[in-house]
Amino acid sequence: MKRRAIRSEPLFFERNARRVRRQGYLLPALDVPEVTPSEVLPPELVREPDPHFPDISEMEVVQHFHRLSQLNYAVDEGLYPLGSCTMKYNPRINEETARLPGFASLHPLQPQSQIQGALRLIWELEESLKAITGMPGATLQPAAGAHGELTGILMIRKALEARGEKREIVLAPDSAHGTNPATATFAGYRAQEIPSAGDGTVDLGALDRMMDDTVAALMLTVPNTLGVFEHQILEIADLVHSRGGFIYMDGANLNSFVGRALPGLMGADAMHINLHKTFSTPHGGGGPGAGPVTVSEALLPHLPVPKVQRDENGFELLWKDPASIGQMRGFYGNFLILVRALTYIWSLGAEGLRSMSDVAVLYANLVRHRLNGAYHLKFDAPSLHEVVFDDSIQTRHEVHNVDIAKRLLDYGFHPPTMSFPLIVHGALMIEPAESVAPDEIEAFCDAMLAIAKEAESDPGLVRSAPHDTPVGRVDEVRAARNLKVTWTPEDEA
Amino acid sequence: MHPWVGAGPEDRRQILSELGLQSIDELFASIPSGVCVDGLDLPPARDEGWIRRTLGNMASTNISMDSIPCFLGAGVYRHVQPSVVDAVLSRAEFFTSYTPYQPEISQGTLQVIFEFQTLISRLTGLDVANASLYDGATALVEAALFSHRVLRSKRDLVVMAETIHPMYRRVLDTYTEAAGIEVAVIPPGADGRLDPKRVREAAGDRACCVAIQSPNFLGIVEDLPRLATATHDCGALAIEVVTEAASLGILNGGGSFGFDVVCGEAQSFGVAPGFGGPHLGFFACSSKHLRQMPGRLAGETVDENGARAFCLTLSTREQHIRRAKATSNICTNQGLMALAATVWLEAIGGNGLRELAASCLARTEELKRRITAIGDPWRLAYPQSPTFNEFLLVGPGSGTELVERLATKGVLAGVPTTDWGGTWPDGVLVAVTECNSGKDLDAFAAALEQLS
Repeated sequence: MKRRAIRSEPLFFERNARRVRRQGYLLPALDVPEVTPSEVLPPELVREPDPHFPDISEMEVVQHFHRLSQLNYAVDEGLYPLGSCTMKYNPRINEETARLPGFASLHPLQPQSQIQGALRLIWELEESLKAITGMPGATLQPAAGAHGELTGILMIRKALEARGEKREIVLAPDSAHGTNPATATFAGYRAQEIPSAGDGTVDLGALDRMMDDTVAALMLTVPNTLGVFEHQILEIADLVHSRGGFIYMDGANLNSFVGRALPGLMGADAMHINLHKTFSTPHGGGGPGAGPVTVSEALLPHLPVPKVQRDENGFELLWKDPASIGQMRGFYGNFLILVRALTYIWSLGAEGLRSMSDVAVLYANLVRHRLNGAYHLKFDAPSLHEVVFDDSIQTRHEVHNVDIAKRLLDYGFHPPTMSFPLIVHGALMIEPAESVAPDEIEAFCDAMLAIAKEAESDPGLVRSAPHDTPVGRVDEVRAARNLKVTWTPEDEA
Repeated sequence: MHPWVGAGPEDRRQILSELGLQSIDELFASIPSGVCVDGLDLPPARDEGWIRRTLGNMASTNISMDSIPCFLGAGVYRHVQPSVVDAVLSRAEFFTSYTPYQPEISQGTLQVIFEFQTLISRLTGLDVANASLYDGATALVEAALFSHRVLRSKRDLVVMAETIHPMYRRVLDTYTEAAGIEVAVIPPGADGRLDPKRVREAAGDRACCVAIQSPNFLGIVEDLPRLATATHDCGALAIEVVTEAASLGILNGGGSFGFDVVCGEAQSFGVAPGFGGPHLGFFACSSKHLRQMPGRLAGETVDENGARAFCLTLSTREQHIRRAKATSNICTNQGLMALAATVWLEAIGGNGLRELAASCLARTEELKRRITAIGDPWRLAYPQSPTFNEFLLVGPGSGTELVERLATKGVLAGVPTTDWGGTWPDGVLVAVTECNSGKDLDAFAAALEQLS
């Protein structure tokens, strides 16, 4: 059998060349009297039919998306070692529980007596996340990690206001993910960078100089984006707290220490947890995620509303609370993502979650061990769940991290993260996650080693990669210069 | 051992030996002992059958919208769900992939985003749309902050119609309070519609934007052309919020009348109600403001051989490049929900969408007629005002009481306005879609008659 190699697929708007009406779905028959729209609606508001919005048959729809799917790489295809993204297996039972009609077909504004199971699920997940972090409070409202960051920083702002203080600055290390400074600005603060020390962790002396009564919070990723644990975390937290500031912990890298350490013991006041990283909910090509936030005693009063509360009669939603920061989004969070995360946590249990982190860290160290030497390790501090190399050995042959990444595509692997940390020029940030078999890790390392050899022996081959993908290297500069972000009928001419 | 952890005990021993280590504990030596624990206070692992039973039981204590005649709306609607939508969403190539930062192996996701942007652009009547935002409420927040940026913060007043979904306004308050932006609210007139004169009074020369919702929270279709003119006369940007995207099947998007931003919630396009999420925020604007738009964007380009290709573009607006100066801190968005909407819209089709919206309209008019025919003590709060698929019903007692009494007659009648506050009667918002059969309408009318 010869399989058709799919390299491209026409746009939906280019389909149906005859411009005739077909039918993709049979609507329920109209069993009430028909109404002429312009008789009951203001006629000038009524839409004219759009000749460029085709109607196609069901199978055309299925073929269109099936073919498009063939142009994607996915976790199920092979290793997806994106640093700080924790691309792990998305268990199929999660997909099943999230589709239970009692969850999927539930309206958020039904009377409370009809939604007890959903409120229970929220309560159970909050309790689980409190146990995992050792922190006394949680909100599941935030829709993603960055949204969690904002929720946390707004709670800190509220706590400062309650003390009659208005501070202006939020600190974050120069190794931080870009959302940290963006969040600080979004919350009305000025973002300031703390330089890293020689081993890539926070420079305590610099922190000591910068931390004064104008600083609201320190945003800290633990372990940091190099995969290195802030070994002075207790000193850092003491310093920030003693000067009236708060610790915001970015939980993007939580997958490295579940069951081994507790953010509550590290002095965290707020921490977001990316359920789509550590707790296996699918990345979905860019979302939806969920970014619950756990909080310390000091921030408990400021959690967003609505809050789920439990009493002897069951569960209820508390909508009003004067000390709360208010509501962060519509309703109660990306609920069906929460269902998936609780499914994962309950399935693995206490021991399973710990072995999850153990193997994630073991694999990162295996990659580090195998690739060290062939690739340059700028910071040689111990790695937890991820390891960051750079391309300085390969640039001698004018091969850059992006070339290595594109060449990896030819070997059938997704490349590592390259856009940060900014403190490593030409970064290759590798996070294997725990779910693949060791064989897959070894195959990835072999591919990386082969590319390192090619960079010496045939650098042109690497620079011109990829050679074996549905499209060749994509001109991203042109996309930004000649902006075209929608199809228009003029494109047909 | 657990099936989701790839290495068994023997694998682990072998890897440790390669690393020259005795125990995994050694790999965690960099964590100070003061923050360490030995295990978690959580239950043991559970098998699939236990999970299926336990979560199945939890789900079944909820009353699903499909189990009895259901008229709930107020920002979350039940529409037809073609089976192809979930079939496509269940493809691992889509749901287990990441943000398409590597375009050579992500053309599927990128083309879907491009098609989604085009569909939203055509439906809203605006040039460009982004790849999605979290939900309708945060889309409104982004629109208000966008206006503030576009007018370079010289104008620091955000004017909102009171008939924007009250929850959206609450969410906006959370953000504007932090940003130090003042918000003024305009109540509706006696007909439940916004009077353009009041827009002029409220906006004056200080407003960066005037945001209105159509159909509004009361289900009423606003006078978009005159509201756009009134807003522009004050030098502010005009924002239309849409919470019932299916209305765009029959009503023109605000872009056709000069609105600068049309944003809101597209859950109606194939996304499950899901107890409030994940849903699908959308944001469309004029191309002249493109560089101030929040969120991801896919663009068309070519590959090295000149073949058409897509990639994420204008990321200089975004946090991973621009950091503290980004237009928004958003990173992960609602990608898979944008795929759901794209599949849904392409399966329903352009004419199909119009037919679907006309069906909502006809069924809503029919239920309004039946209620009017029953008469006292039941009445429509705004009988003369045009609606799409939702209206406010008032009767004896509060909306909350009415919903509870109608539930005892086997009808999920709608969403009470009781606890939301606002310049309108305490009643029930009743939403009717193409999924409400003539029999559902009979059940609704019969329940009202029994309570009369």
